[in-house]
Amino acid sequence: MLSQLLPLAYLAAASLFIFGIRNLSKVRTAARGNRLAALGMLAAIILTLLDLGTIDYRWILGGIVVGSVVGAIAAIRIQMTQMPEMVALFNGFGGAASALVALSFFFRAIAGHAGGDVDLIPALGGASIGVTSVLSLLVGSVTFSGSLVAFMKLNGTIRGNHLSFQAINILNLILIVVLLGLGGALLVKPWPYLWAMIAFLVILVGSLKLGVTTTLRIGGADMPVVISLLNSLSGVAAAMAGFVVQNYLLIISGSLVGASGLILTQIMCKAMNRTLGEVLFKNFGGSTGDKDDGYSNVKESSAEEVAMLMEDVSSVVFVPGYGLAVAQAQHTTRELANLLEARGIDVKYAIHPVAGRMPGHMNVLLAEADVPYEQLVEMDQINPDFKTTDLVIVLGANDVVNPAATNDPSSPIYGMPILNVHEARTVVIVKRSLSPGFAGIANHLFDNDNSIMVFGDAKKVLQEMVTEVKQLS
Amino acid sequence: MLSPLMIGLYVFVLAIFLGFELITKVPPTLHTPLMSGANAISGITVVGALYCAQTGETNLANIFGAVAVAFAMINVVGGFLVTNRMLSMFKRKK
Repeated sequence: MLSQLLPLAYLAAASLFIFGIRNLSKVRTAARGNRLAALGMLAAIILTLLDLGTIDYRWILGGIVVGSVVGAIAAIRIQMTQMPEMVALFNGFGGAASALVALSFFFRAIAGHAGGDVDLIPALGGASIGVTSVLSLLVGSVTFSGSLVAFMKLNGTIRGNHLSFQAINILNLILIVVLLGLGGALLVKPWPYLWAMIAFLVILVGSLKLGVTTTLRIGGADMPVVISLLNSLSGVAAAMAGFVVQNYLLIISGSLVGASGLILTQIMCKAMNRTLGEVLFKNFGGSTGDKDDGYSNVKESSAEEVAMLMEDVSSVVFVPGYGLAVAQAQHTTRELANLLEARGIDVKYAIHPVAGRMPGHMNVLLAEADVPYEQLVEMDQINPDFKTTDLVIVLGANDVVNPAATNDPSSPIYGMPILNVHEARTVVIVKRSLSPGFAGIANHLFDNDNSIMVFGDAKKVLQEMVTEVKQLS
Repeated sequence: MLSPLMIGLYVFVLAIFLGFELITKVPPTLHTPLMSGANAISGITVVGALYCAQTGETNLANIFGAVAVAFAMINVVGGFLVTNRMLSMFKRKK
Protein backbone atom coordinates (compact mmCIF):
# COMPACT_ATOMS: atom_id res chain seq x y z
CA MET A 1 0.00 0.00 0.00
CA LEU A 2 2.59 2.50 1.12
CA SER A 3 4.91 1.70 -1.76
CA GLN A 4 2.13 2.59 -4.20
CA LEU A 5 1.44 5.88 -2.47
CA LEU A 6 5.09 6.82 -2.21
CA PRO A 7 5.39 8.17 -5.80
CA LEU A 8 2.36 10.40 -5.14
CA ALA A 9 3.96 11.67 -1.96
CA TYR A 10 7.16 12.41 -3.89
CA LEU A 11 5.10 14.35 -6.42
CA ALA A 12 3.64 16.39 -3.56
CA ALA A 13 7.14 17.06 -2.24
CA ALA A 14 8.29 18.20 -5.71
CA SER A 15 5.27 20.51 -5.88
CA LEU A 16 6.20 21.99 -2.52
CA PHE A 17 9.71 22.68 -3.83
CA ILE A 18 8.23 24.45 -6.86
CA PHE A 19 5.82 26.51 -4.73
CA GLY A 20 8.70 27.27 -2.40
CA ILE A 21 10.93 28.62 -5.15
CA ARG A 22 8.01 30.60 -6.56
CA ASN A 23 7.53 32.28 -3.19
CA LEU A 24 11.24 33.03 -3.08
CA SER A 25 10.74 35.54 -5.88
CA LYS A 26 9.29 38.18 -3.53
CA VAL A 27 10.88 39.42 -0.31
CA ARG A 28 7.48 39.45 1.35
CA THR A 29 6.83 35.75 0.74
CA ALA A 30 10.40 34.44 0.62
CA ALA A 31 10.53 33.13 4.20
CA ARG A 32 7.30 31.23 3.61
CA GLY A 33 8.75 29.80 0.40
CA ASN A 34 11.73 28.49 2.29
CA ARG A 35 9.47 26.86 4.89
CA LEU A 36 7.35 25.24 2.16
CA ALA A 37 10.43 23.74 0.56
CA ALA A 38 11.64 22.53 3.96
CA LEU A 39 8.26 20.93 4.57
CA GLY A 40 8.51 19.12 1.23
CA MET A 41 11.92 17.82 2.20
CA LEU A 42 10.75 16.64 5.62
CA ALA A 43 7.84 14.81 4.04
CA ALA A 44 10.07 13.16 1.46
CA ILE A 45 12.54 11.95 4.10
CA ILE A 46 9.93 10.63 6.52
CA LEU A 47 8.00 8.80 3.81
CA THR A 48 11.19 7.26 2.47
CA LEU A 49 12.07 6.02 5.94
CA LEU A 50 8.58 4.53 6.29
CA ASP A 51 8.93 2.90 2.89
CA LEU A 52 12.21 1.28 3.92
CA GLY A 53 10.23 -0.57 6.58
CA THR A 54 11.97 -2.85 9.01
CA ILE A 55 15.62 -2.70 8.13
CA ASP A 56 18.75 -2.17 10.13
CA TYR A 57 18.73 1.58 10.71
CA ARG A 58 22.08 1.93 12.43
CA TRP A 59 24.05 3.30 9.47
CA ILE A 60 21.22 5.52 8.29
CA LEU A 61 20.53 6.94 11.71
CA GLY A 62 24.20 7.68 12.27
CA GLY A 63 24.32 9.61 9.00
CA ILE A 64 21.14 11.55 9.73
CA VAL A 65 22.19 12.56 13.24
CA VAL A 66 25.74 13.58 12.32
CA GLY A 67 24.62 15.50 9.22
CA SER A 68 21.77 17.32 10.98
CA VAL A 69 23.92 18.37 13.93
CA VAL A 70 26.79 19.60 11.76
CA GLY A 71 24.41 21.43 9.42
CA ALA A 72 22.52 23.10 12.26
CA ILE A 73 25.68 24.25 14.02
CA ALA A 74 27.09 25.65 10.79
CA ALA A 75 23.85 27.50 9.98
CA ILE A 76 23.59 29.07 13.42
CA ARG A 77 27.23 30.07 13.83
CA ILE A 78 28.05 31.37 10.37
CA GLN A 79 28.53 35.13 9.98
CA MET A 80 26.84 36.88 7.09
CA THR A 81 30.21 37.98 5.73
CA GLN A 82 31.11 34.29 5.42
CA MET A 83 28.05 33.28 3.39
CA PRO A 84 30.05 32.74 0.17
CA GLU A 85 32.33 30.25 1.93
CA MET A 86 29.39 28.44 3.44
CA VAL A 87 27.47 28.15 0.19
CA ALA A 88 30.63 26.96 -1.57
CA LEU A 89 31.14 24.28 1.07
CA PHE A 90 27.49 23.18 0.94
CA ASN A 91 27.63 22.92 -2.85
CA GLY A 92 30.53 20.56 -2.31
CA PHE A 93 28.65 18.40 0.18
CA GLY A 94 25.75 18.11 -2.26
CA GLY A 95 28.12 16.94 -4.97
CA ALA A 96 29.84 14.53 -2.60
CA ALA A 97 26.53 12.98 -1.54
CA SER A 98 25.62 12.26 -5.17
CA ALA A 99 29.05 10.80 -5.91
CA LEU A 100 28.81 8.62 -2.80
CA VAL A 101 25.40 7.31 -3.85
CA ALA A 102 26.99 6.19 -7.12
CA LEU A 103 29.93 4.64 -5.25
CA SER A 104 27.61 2.82 -2.89
CA PHE A 105 25.57 1.42 -5.77
CA PHE A 106 28.72 0.30 -7.49
CA PHE A 107 30.16 -1.49 -4.49
CA ARG A 108 26.84 -3.18 -3.78
CA ALA A 109 26.68 -4.33 -7.41
CA ILE A 110 30.12 -5.91 -7.42
CA ALA A 111 29.95 -7.25 -3.86
CA GLY A 112 28.96 -10.79 -4.83
CA HIS A 113 31.55 -11.13 -7.58
CA ALA A 114 34.80 -11.15 -5.60
CA GLY A 115 37.38 -13.27 -7.40
CA GLY A 116 35.35 -13.55 -10.61
CA ASP A 117 34.36 -11.28 -13.48
CA VAL A 118 31.84 -8.45 -13.12
CA ASP A 119 29.47 -7.53 -15.91
CA LEU A 120 28.46 -4.13 -14.59
CA ILE A 121 25.34 -3.36 -16.58
CA PRO A 122 23.32 -6.37 -15.40
CA ALA A 123 24.92 -6.12 -11.95
CA LEU A 124 23.77 -2.51 -11.57
CA GLY A 125 20.36 -3.21 -13.04
CA GLY A 126 20.49 -1.75 -16.55
CA ALA A 127 22.45 0.31 -19.03
CA SER A 128 20.90 3.61 -17.98
CA ILE A 129 21.87 3.05 -14.35
CA GLY A 130 25.37 2.16 -15.46
CA VAL A 131 25.83 5.30 -17.54
CA THR A 132 24.27 7.62 -14.98
CA SER A 133 26.21 6.17 -12.06
CA VAL A 134 29.44 6.96 -13.92
CA LEU A 135 28.12 10.48 -14.64
CA SER A 136 26.89 10.94 -11.08
CA LEU A 137 30.32 9.96 -9.77
CA LEU A 138 32.07 12.26 -12.24
CA VAL A 139 29.90 15.37 -11.82
CA GLY A 140 29.56 14.88 -8.06
CA SER A 141 33.30 14.51 -7.52
CA VAL A 142 34.15 17.53 -9.69
CA THR A 143 31.60 19.56 -7.71
CA PHE A 144 33.02 18.34 -4.42
CA SER A 145 36.70 19.06 -5.04
CA GLY A 146 35.99 22.25 -7.00
CA SER A 147 33.84 23.55 -4.15
CA LEU A 148 36.48 22.72 -1.57
CA VAL A 149 39.04 24.72 -3.56
CA ALA A 150 36.56 27.61 -3.92
CA PHE A 151 35.90 27.43 -0.17
CA MET A 152 39.60 27.57 0.67
CA LYS A 153 40.17 30.43 -1.75
CA LEU A 154 37.29 32.40 -0.28
CA ASN A 155 38.48 32.05 3.30
CA GLY A 156 42.05 32.79 2.27
CA THR A 157 43.60 29.39 3.02
CA ILE A 158 44.96 29.15 -0.50
CA ARG A 159 45.60 31.65 -3.23
CA GLY A 160 45.16 31.17 -6.95
CA ASN A 161 48.17 30.23 -9.01
CA HIS A 162 49.13 31.68 -12.33
CA LEU A 163 50.19 28.57 -14.16
CA SER A 164 49.92 28.63 -17.90
CA PHE A 165 46.26 28.38 -18.76
CA GLN A 166 46.68 26.78 -22.12
CA ALA A 167 48.63 23.79 -20.84
CA ILE A 168 46.13 23.11 -18.07
CA ASN A 169 43.18 23.42 -20.44
CA ILE A 170 44.65 20.80 -22.74
CA LEU A 171 45.51 18.47 -19.85
CA ASN A 172 42.00 18.84 -18.41
CA LEU A 173 40.46 18.11 -21.77
CA ILE A 174 42.54 14.96 -22.10
CA LEU A 175 41.56 13.97 -18.56
CA ILE A 176 37.83 14.34 -19.32
CA VAL A 177 38.16 12.19 -22.44
CA VAL A 178 40.13 9.52 -20.54
CA LEU A 179 37.62 9.44 -17.66
CA LEU A 180 34.59 9.19 -19.95
CA GLY A 181 36.38 6.58 -22.06
CA LEU A 182 37.22 4.54 -18.98
CA GLY A 183 33.62 4.81 -17.78
CA GLY A 184 32.39 3.59 -21.15
CA ALA A 185 34.90 0.73 -21.27
CA LEU A 186 33.85 -0.32 -17.77
CA LEU A 187 30.28 -0.78 -18.97
CA VAL A 188 30.67 -2.45 -22.35
CA LYS A 189 32.36 -5.67 -21.25
CA PRO A 190 32.86 -7.76 -18.12
CA TRP A 191 35.90 -6.80 -16.02
CA PRO A 192 37.77 -8.84 -13.42
CA TYR A 193 36.52 -7.85 -9.96
CA LEU A 194 39.71 -6.12 -8.85
CA TRP A 195 40.17 -4.19 -12.10
CA ALA A 196 36.58 -3.00 -12.08
CA MET A 197 37.11 -1.62 -8.61
CA ILE A 198 40.39 0.04 -9.57
CA ALA A 199 38.81 1.57 -12.71
CA PHE A 200 35.98 3.07 -10.67
CA LEU A 201 38.42 4.52 -8.15
CA VAL A 202 40.50 5.97 -11.00
CA ILE A 203 37.38 7.76 -12.25
CA LEU A 204 36.81 9.06 -8.72
CA VAL A 205 40.36 10.34 -8.26
CA GLY A 206 40.55 11.75 -11.80
CA SER A 207 37.29 13.66 -11.33
CA LEU A 208 38.48 15.07 -8.02
CA LYS A 209 41.67 16.23 -9.71
CA LEU A 210 39.66 17.79 -12.54
CA GLY A 211 37.63 19.85 -10.06
CA VAL A 212 40.79 21.08 -8.35
CA THR A 213 42.72 22.07 -11.47
CA THR A 214 39.74 23.83 -13.02
CA THR A 215 38.88 25.90 -9.95
CA LEU A 216 42.38 26.61 -8.68
CA ARG A 217 43.39 29.17 -11.28
CA ILE A 218 40.11 31.10 -11.37
CA GLY A 219 40.59 34.57 -9.88
CA GLY A 220 38.81 36.25 -6.97
CA ALA A 221 36.71 38.54 -9.14
CA ASP A 222 35.30 35.51 -10.95
CA MET A 223 34.20 33.83 -7.71
CA PRO A 224 30.51 34.77 -8.09
CA VAL A 225 30.50 32.91 -11.41
CA VAL A 226 32.30 29.89 -10.00
CA ILE A 227 30.00 29.57 -6.98
CA SER A 228 26.93 29.83 -9.20
CA LEU A 229 28.30 27.22 -11.57
CA LEU A 230 29.18 24.81 -8.76
CA ASN A 231 25.67 25.37 -7.36
CA SER A 232 24.30 24.32 -10.73
CA LEU A 233 26.58 21.28 -10.89
CA SER A 234 25.48 20.12 -7.44
CA GLY A 235 21.94 20.09 -8.82
CA VAL A 236 22.96 18.20 -11.96
CA ALA A 237 24.77 15.65 -9.78
CA ALA A 238 21.59 15.17 -7.71
CA ALA A 239 19.59 14.66 -10.92
CA MET A 240 22.12 12.06 -12.10
CA ALA A 241 21.86 10.31 -8.73
CA GLY A 242 18.09 10.38 -9.36
CA PHE A 243 18.61 8.40 -12.56
CA VAL A 244 20.77 5.92 -10.66
CA VAL A 245 18.22 5.26 -7.92
CA GLN A 246 15.37 5.74 -10.43
CA ASN A 247 13.62 8.38 -8.40
CA TYR A 248 11.85 11.19 -10.25
CA LEU A 249 11.79 13.47 -7.19
CA LEU A 250 15.59 13.58 -7.28
CA ILE A 251 15.53 14.27 -11.02
CA ILE A 252 13.02 17.13 -10.66
CA SER A 253 14.75 18.75 -7.67
CA GLY A 254 18.19 18.34 -9.19
CA SER A 255 17.06 19.93 -12.45
CA LEU A 256 15.49 22.89 -10.61
CA VAL A 257 18.75 23.53 -8.76
CA GLY A 258 20.76 22.99 -11.93
CA ALA A 259 18.65 25.57 -13.77
CA SER A 260 18.84 27.99 -10.84
CA GLY A 261 22.62 27.87 -10.70
CA LEU A 262 22.86 28.20 -14.46
CA ILE A 263 20.72 31.35 -14.52
CA LEU A 264 22.80 32.94 -11.76
CA THR A 265 25.96 31.97 -13.66
CA GLN A 266 24.58 33.71 -16.72
CA ILE A 267 23.62 36.86 -14.79
CA MET A 268 27.07 37.04 -13.16
CA CYS A 269 28.85 36.59 -16.49
CA LYS A 270 26.77 39.31 -18.09
CA ALA A 271 27.50 41.69 -15.22
CA MET A 272 31.21 41.20 -15.91
CA ASN A 273 30.90 41.25 -19.68
CA ARG A 274 32.61 37.88 -19.82
CA THR A 275 31.51 34.58 -21.25
CA LEU A 276 31.54 31.44 -19.14
CA GLY A 277 34.29 30.11 -21.42
CA GLU A 278 36.45 33.12 -20.68
CA VAL A 279 35.96 32.71 -16.93
CA LEU A 280 36.89 29.05 -17.03
CA PHE A 281 39.62 29.06 -19.64
CA LYS A 282 41.25 32.48 -19.74
CA ASN A 283 43.08 34.77 -17.35
CA PHE A 284 41.44 38.09 -16.69
CA GLY A 285 43.14 41.00 -18.46
CA GLY A 286 46.54 39.61 -17.79
CA SER A 287 47.89 43.13 -17.42
CA THR A 288 50.25 44.17 -14.67
CA GLY A 289 49.04 45.29 -11.30
CA ASP A 290 52.36 46.11 -9.73
CA LYS A 291 53.30 49.47 -11.21
CA ASP A 292 51.90 52.75 -9.95
CA ASP A 293 49.61 53.18 -12.97
CA GLY A 294 50.33 56.89 -13.36
CA TYR A 295 47.80 58.58 -11.10
CA SER A 296 48.44 62.34 -11.31
CA ASN A 297 45.48 64.13 -9.78
CA VAL A 298 44.66 62.17 -6.63
CA LYS A 299 43.26 64.30 -3.82
CA GLU A 300 43.52 62.83 -0.37
CA SER A 301 41.17 63.86 2.34
CA SER A 302 40.11 62.84 5.83
CA ALA A 303 36.94 61.55 7.43
CA GLU A 304 36.59 64.92 9.12
CA GLU A 305 36.56 66.85 5.84
CA VAL A 306 34.13 64.44 4.25
CA ALA A 307 31.83 64.87 7.24
CA MET A 308 31.88 68.62 6.59
CA LEU A 309 30.78 67.91 3.03
CA MET A 310 27.78 66.11 4.44
CA GLU A 311 26.63 69.30 6.01
CA ASP A 312 25.06 70.61 2.82
CA VAL A 313 24.09 67.70 0.64
CA SER A 314 20.58 66.45 0.00
CA SER A 315 21.32 63.01 -1.47
CA VAL A 316 23.93 60.37 -0.63
CA VAL A 317 24.47 57.03 -2.36
CA PHE A 318 26.63 54.34 -0.75
CA VAL A 319 28.38 51.90 -3.09
CA PRO A 320 29.41 48.79 -1.13
CA GLY A 321 31.93 46.26 -2.41
CA TYR A 322 33.86 43.28 -1.13
CA GLY A 323 36.01 45.61 1.00
CA LEU A 324 32.93 46.40 3.08
CA ALA A 325 32.49 42.71 3.85
CA VAL A 326 36.17 42.25 4.70
CA ALA A 327 36.08 45.24 7.06
CA GLN A 328 32.74 44.06 8.55
CA ALA A 329 31.62 47.65 8.10
CA GLN A 330 27.93 47.05 7.33
CA HIS A 331 26.69 48.10 10.79
CA THR A 332 28.80 51.27 10.85
CA THR A 333 27.53 52.14 7.37
CA ARG A 334 23.99 51.85 8.63
CA GLU A 335 24.84 54.01 11.65
CA LEU A 336 26.17 56.76 9.39
CA ALA A 337 23.16 56.43 7.11
CA ASN A 338 20.82 56.82 10.09
CA LEU A 339 22.55 60.06 11.10
CA LEU A 340 22.31 61.38 7.54
CA GLU A 341 18.64 60.48 7.28
CA ALA A 342 17.99 62.23 10.57
CA ARG A 343 19.37 65.33 8.88
CA GLY A 344 16.80 64.97 6.10
CA ILE A 345 19.26 63.58 3.55
CA ASP A 346 18.02 61.02 1.02
CA VAL A 347 20.13 57.84 1.43
CA LYS A 348 20.35 54.94 -1.02
CA TYR A 349 22.67 52.02 -1.68
CA ALA A 350 23.76 51.13 -5.21
CA ILE A 351 24.28 47.39 -5.67
CA HIS A 352 26.32 46.07 -8.57
CA PRO A 353 25.40 42.46 -9.47
CA VAL A 354 28.94 41.18 -8.88
CA ALA A 355 29.75 43.27 -5.81
CA GLY A 356 31.09 40.83 -3.24
CA ARG A 357 31.88 37.17 -3.71
CA MET A 358 28.50 35.68 -4.57
CA PRO A 359 25.22 36.81 -6.12
CA GLY A 360 23.31 39.03 -3.69
CA HIS A 361 26.13 39.08 -1.11
CA MET A 362 25.82 42.83 -0.40
CA ASN A 363 22.05 42.65 0.02
CA VAL A 364 22.36 40.05 2.75
CA LEU A 365 25.11 41.97 4.55
CA LEU A 366 23.11 45.19 4.57
CA ALA A 367 19.94 43.36 5.56
CA GLU A 368 21.87 42.05 8.56
CA ALA A 369 22.58 45.69 9.49
CA ASP A 370 18.83 46.41 9.30
CA VAL A 371 19.00 48.44 6.11
CA PRO A 372 15.47 48.36 4.62
CA TYR A 373 15.65 46.47 1.33
CA GLU A 374 13.80 49.23 -0.54
CA GLN A 375 16.90 51.39 -0.14
CA LEU A 376 19.08 48.88 -2.01
CA VAL A 377 18.86 49.87 -5.66
CA GLU A 378 19.98 47.75 -8.60
CA MET A 379 22.49 49.06 -11.10
CA ASP A 380 20.11 49.74 -13.98
CA GLN A 381 17.68 51.59 -11.76
CA ILE A 382 20.19 53.82 -10.02
CA ASN A 383 22.52 54.68 -12.90
CA PRO A 384 20.32 57.48 -14.30
CA ASP A 385 20.17 59.03 -10.80
CA PHE A 386 23.90 59.58 -10.31
CA LYS A 387 23.82 62.82 -12.36
CA THR A 388 21.62 64.38 -9.69
CA THR A 389 23.35 62.81 -6.68
CA ASP A 390 25.31 65.15 -4.44
CA LEU A 391 27.59 62.66 -2.77
CA VAL A 392 28.63 59.10 -3.53
CA ILE A 393 30.59 57.10 -0.96
CA VAL A 394 32.39 54.10 -2.43
CA LEU A 395 33.16 51.52 0.26
CA GLY A 396 35.64 48.86 -0.77
CA ALA A 397 34.49 48.63 -4.39
CA ASN A 398 36.82 49.24 -7.30
CA ASP A 399 36.40 47.58 -10.68
CA VAL A 400 32.60 47.97 -10.63
CA VAL A 401 32.98 51.78 -10.58
CA ASN A 402 35.87 52.01 -13.07
CA PRO A 403 34.84 54.44 -15.84
CA ALA A 404 37.37 52.79 -18.19
CA ALA A 405 34.64 50.18 -18.75
CA THR A 406 32.62 52.81 -20.62
CA ASN A 407 35.22 55.19 -22.04
CA ASP A 408 38.42 53.27 -22.75
CA PRO A 409 38.07 50.70 -25.56
CA SER A 410 41.61 49.44 -24.89
CA SER A 411 40.80 48.50 -21.29
CA PRO A 412 40.38 44.79 -20.53
CA ILE A 413 37.13 45.57 -18.73
CA TYR A 414 35.74 47.71 -21.55
CA GLY A 415 32.07 46.90 -22.07
CA MET A 416 31.44 45.69 -18.52
CA PRO A 417 28.38 47.43 -17.06
CA ILE A 418 29.41 49.69 -14.17
CA LEU A 419 27.84 52.02 -11.64
CA ASN A 420 28.30 55.50 -13.13
CA VAL A 421 29.40 57.09 -9.87
CA HIS A 422 31.74 59.48 -11.73
CA GLU A 423 28.65 61.41 -12.86
CA ALA A 424 27.79 62.43 -9.29
CA ARG A 425 28.77 65.85 -7.99
CA THR A 426 31.30 64.48 -5.50
CA VAL A 427 32.66 60.95 -5.15
CA VAL A 428 34.39 59.88 -1.96
CA ILE A 429 36.35 56.65 -2.28
CA VAL A 430 37.20 54.88 0.97
CA LYS A 431 40.03 52.49 0.23
CA ARG A 432 43.16 51.13 1.88
CA SER A 433 45.49 52.27 -0.92
CA LEU A 434 45.60 53.04 -4.62
CA SER A 435 46.27 49.38 -5.43
CA PRO A 436 44.19 47.95 -8.27
CA GLY A 437 41.16 45.69 -7.82
CA PHE A 438 40.91 42.12 -9.03
CA ALA A 439 41.03 43.10 -12.67
CA GLY A 440 44.56 44.34 -11.95
CA ILE A 441 44.06 47.63 -13.77
CA ALA A 442 44.23 51.29 -12.80
CA ASN A 443 41.02 53.11 -11.94
CA HIS A 444 41.14 56.69 -13.17
CA LEU A 445 38.04 57.49 -11.22
CA PHE A 446 40.54 58.23 -8.42
CA ASP A 447 42.07 60.93 -10.67
CA ASN A 448 38.87 62.78 -11.45
CA ASP A 449 38.38 66.36 -10.32
CA ASN A 450 35.23 65.44 -8.41
CA SER A 451 36.85 62.48 -6.62
CA ILE A 452 38.23 62.48 -3.10
CA MET A 453 40.20 59.60 -1.63
CA VAL A 454 40.05 58.68 2.03
CA PHE A 455 42.64 56.02 2.78
CA GLY A 456 42.03 53.50 5.53
CA ASP A 457 39.97 50.57 6.72
CA ALA A 458 36.32 51.11 5.75
CA LYS A 459 34.99 50.49 9.25
CA LYS A 460 37.49 52.81 10.92
CA VAL A 461 36.92 55.62 8.42
CA LEU A 462 33.16 55.28 8.78
CA GLN A 463 33.39 55.36 12.58
CA GLU A 464 35.34 58.60 12.33
CA MET A 465 32.71 60.02 9.99
CA VAL A 466 29.98 59.01 12.43
CA THR A 467 31.76 60.86 15.24
CA GLU A 468 32.21 63.96 13.07
CA VAL A 469 28.67 64.01 11.71
CA LYS A 470 27.33 63.78 15.25
CA GLN A 471 29.16 67.02 16.00
CA LEU A 472 27.59 68.88 13.08
CA SER A 473 25.01 71.31 14.28
CA MET B 1 5.56 2.57 -23.96
CA LEU B 2 8.41 4.77 -22.79
CA SER B 3 11.22 3.22 -20.81
CA PRO B 4 11.86 4.58 -17.29
CA LEU B 5 15.06 6.16 -18.63
CA MET B 6 13.10 8.05 -21.30
CA ILE B 7 10.49 9.22 -18.80
CA GLY B 8 13.34 10.34 -16.57
CA LEU B 9 14.86 12.27 -19.45
CA TYR B 10 11.51 13.95 -20.20
CA VAL B 11 11.14 14.92 -16.54
CA PHE B 12 14.75 16.16 -16.44
CA VAL B 13 14.40 18.45 -19.45
CA LEU B 14 10.95 19.77 -18.53
CA ALA B 15 12.03 20.49 -14.96
CA ILE B 16 15.00 22.47 -16.26
CA PHE B 17 12.64 24.63 -18.34
CA LEU B 18 10.40 25.07 -15.30
CA GLY B 19 13.42 26.02 -13.22
CA PHE B 20 14.42 28.67 -15.75
CA GLU B 21 10.93 30.17 -15.68
CA LEU B 22 10.75 30.18 -11.89
CA ILE B 23 14.20 31.52 -11.15
CA THR B 24 14.21 34.30 -13.76
CA LYS B 25 11.60 36.01 -11.57
CA VAL B 26 13.79 36.08 -8.47
CA PRO B 27 15.16 39.62 -7.89
CA PRO B 28 18.90 40.18 -7.25
CA THR B 29 18.17 41.09 -3.62
CA LEU B 30 17.21 37.48 -3.00
CA HIS B 31 19.98 35.78 -4.97
CA THR B 32 21.97 34.67 -1.92
CA PRO B 33 18.94 33.16 -0.12
CA LEU B 34 17.92 31.58 -3.44
CA MET B 35 21.30 29.94 -3.68
CA SER B 36 21.36 28.62 -0.15
CA GLY B 37 17.74 27.49 -0.53
CA ALA B 38 18.61 25.71 -3.78
CA ASN B 39 21.50 24.15 -1.91
CA ALA B 40 19.12 22.75 0.64
CA ILE B 41 16.87 21.39 -2.10
CA SER B 42 19.81 19.67 -3.78
CA GLY B 43 20.15 17.80 -0.48
CA ILE B 44 17.24 15.72 -1.83
CA THR B 45 19.99 13.24 -2.73
CA VAL B 46 19.38 12.09 0.84
CA VAL B 47 16.34 10.18 -0.41
CA GLY B 48 18.57 8.20 -2.76
CA ALA B 49 21.24 7.83 -0.10
CA LEU B 50 18.75 6.36 2.40
CA TYR B 51 18.35 3.33 0.14
CA CYS B 52 22.11 2.81 0.10
CA ALA B 53 22.59 1.72 3.71
CA GLN B 54 19.86 -0.79 4.41
CA THR B 55 21.74 -3.46 6.30
CA GLY B 56 23.76 -3.39 9.48
CA GLU B 57 26.89 -4.91 7.98
CA THR B 58 30.12 -2.99 7.82
CA ASN B 59 30.86 -2.96 4.12
CA LEU B 60 31.86 -0.27 1.65
CA ALA B 61 28.35 0.11 0.19
CA ASN B 62 26.90 0.86 3.64
CA ILE B 63 29.74 3.15 4.66
CA PHE B 64 29.47 5.21 1.47
CA GLY B 65 25.69 5.27 1.89
CA ALA B 66 25.87 6.51 5.47
CA VAL B 67 28.42 9.20 4.59
CA ALA B 68 26.17 10.25 1.67
CA VAL B 69 23.24 10.55 4.09
CA ALA B 70 25.37 12.70 6.42
CA PHE B 71 26.59 15.03 3.66
CA ALA B 72 23.10 15.42 2.23
CA MET B 73 21.64 16.10 5.67
CA ILE B 74 24.23 18.83 6.26
CA ASN B 75 22.90 20.42 3.08
CA VAL B 76 19.27 19.99 4.03
CA VAL B 77 19.40 21.14 7.64
CA GLY B 78 22.14 23.75 7.22
CA GLY B 79 20.70 25.07 3.96
CA PHE B 80 17.12 25.59 5.14
CA LEU B 81 18.19 27.01 8.52
CA VAL B 82 20.66 29.52 7.15
CA THR B 83 18.20 30.61 4.44
CA ASN B 84 15.59 31.16 7.10
CA ARG B 85 18.09 33.13 9.18
CA MET B 86 18.92 35.36 6.24
CA LEU B 87 15.34 35.94 5.19
CA SER B 88 14.33 36.96 8.70
CA MET B 89 16.82 39.84 8.34
CA PHE B 90 15.14 41.33 5.28
CA LYS B 91 12.97 44.12 6.58
CA ARG B 92 10.91 46.91 5.13
CA LYS B 93 11.36 50.49 6.13
CA LYS B 94 9.67 51.19 9.43
